[in-house]
Amino acid sequence: MIEIKNLTKSFGDLLVWEDVSLTIEDGETLAIIGRSGCGKSVLIKHINALLYPDEGSVLIDGDNIFEQDYVSQRILRQKFGILFQGSALFDSINTFENIAFPLRYFTSMSEPEIRDTVMNALEQVNLENVHDKETSELSGGMRKRVGLARAIILEPEYIMYDEPTSGLDPQTSDEINKLIVNMADSLGITSIVVTHDMHSVLDVADKVAFLDEQKLSWHGTVEDMRVVDHQALHTFVKASEYQI
Amino acid sequence: MNAFQEIGKYSTLLYQALRSSTEIKTYRKSFFQEMVKIGYDSVPIIMLTGFFTGSVMTIQSSYQLDSAFIPLSTIGAIVSESILIELAAVISSLVLAGKVGARIATELGTMRVTEQVDALESMGFNSVSFLVVPRVLAGILMFPILYIVASVFGVGGGLLAGIFTGTVPVADFLMGARMYFTPWTLIFGFVKMFVFGFIITSISSYKGYFATGGAEGVGTSTTEATVLSCMIVLLADFILAALLL
Repeated sequence: MIEIKNLTKSFGDLLVWEDVSLTIEDGETLAIIGRSGCGKSVLIKHINALLYPDEGSVLIDGDNIFEQDYVSQRILRQKFGILFQGSALFDSINTFENIAFPLRYFTSMSEPEIRDTVMNALEQVNLENVHDKETSELSGGMRKRVGLARAIILEPEYIMYDEPTSGLDPQTSDEINKLIVNMADSLGITSIVVTHDMHSVLDVADKVAFLDEQKLSWHGTVEDMRVVDHQALHTFVKASEYQI
Repeated sequence: MNAFQEIGKYSTLLYQALRSSTEIKTYRKSFFQEMVKIGYDSVPIIMLTGFFTGSVMTIQSSYQLDSAFIPLSTIGAIVSESILIELAAVISSLVLAGKVGARIATELGTMRVTEQVDALESMGFNSVSFLVVPRVLAGILMFPILYIVASVFGVGGGLLAGIFTGTVPVADFLMGARMYFTPWTLIFGFVKMFVFGFIITSISSYKGYFATGGAEGVGTSTTEATVLSCMIVLLADFILAALLL
């Protein structure tokens, strides 16, 4: 379980958000939505301590990640897989090596075992025959899938998706959404999806957190979102041109 | 960010690098890769730099010392001493600040702005150990070796220039070169290259590691890394000369 408690973050004089509190239960899929620049990606970077808050805490299974020493923090981080917005694939190595990368350093697997695990992960994200390609040869959708394969390779408990469908065509976005649902269902992973794509939210999320006006403006289930009387949330949803 | 904040941030990065230098498994592979990139891949440009520096020194010295009262062996002494004590180290380091320093800053800067550094950290890697330590270690190890290359080709270039222009016979050049040579000259050169290797790789790693923004930010970091490395190398050269000579 992830508990975000009274988190406040500023960059210099610029307040990103303040007093954000949120609980993410095991096995649920939470979508964090809000306008561009509202601090959605900043929020998930606090969850595994890639960024530090001005105030507040994040408890991962009861451990405050900001109070851990660096070694313990790194162990906590290994509970997470992240699909970054631009996929963040290492461009100095090919697709296979990108996915195998954590296995080589954090497991004692033999080369055949690594190969089988990587091929299995590629199959899970519906990619075949790309393992020997350079990352620069991959399309945007393929990069997202390879990033996802790398994110799940160490079988994390939590997975965070930062704008998983941005820059993709609707059909590929749909395929990525199905993968997110599939990961949550088949692996039982707790998922946090940062997006402003309402189609994605309705496809994948159990709960929704809406960031607006430098605070967590609303938090609840997708069903509640359909009926709640919240002007800013409805304006945001309607702007997406999706009927909920 | 002011200069004191920069120095503080740079010192913190160095402390983190020192503390994580025990995580050999993390950086062993990239350490050897960096040794090739910094050392082996720089050999051609260092050979050329050394050769032409020595050649030009011989030609200019023979032009300036063209007198019946100055023995030709003096040219050999000036060229070889200047190469070994100063030029092989400093000129090579300035060239390497451009070649090695710019590459390191660009690589790390690009990794930073495309979230590859975040990806490393999020997997549980120590990114400083993985990215900074192997580059700095390879730098302080390979720069002294490149000094040998620059010195051999510098003195060799000076000797050949004397032969081909007919200004300094081989025997006079070698006699002059031997006349003032002391082992301390070489030790001083090695010490300098060890220090310059550290300066260039650590400053470039620092600038790249903390790059911000997109392509423009990486460009700025690379420029700053190269310019700052050159300036600190020249300052360190002065300090080392004042302390050790």
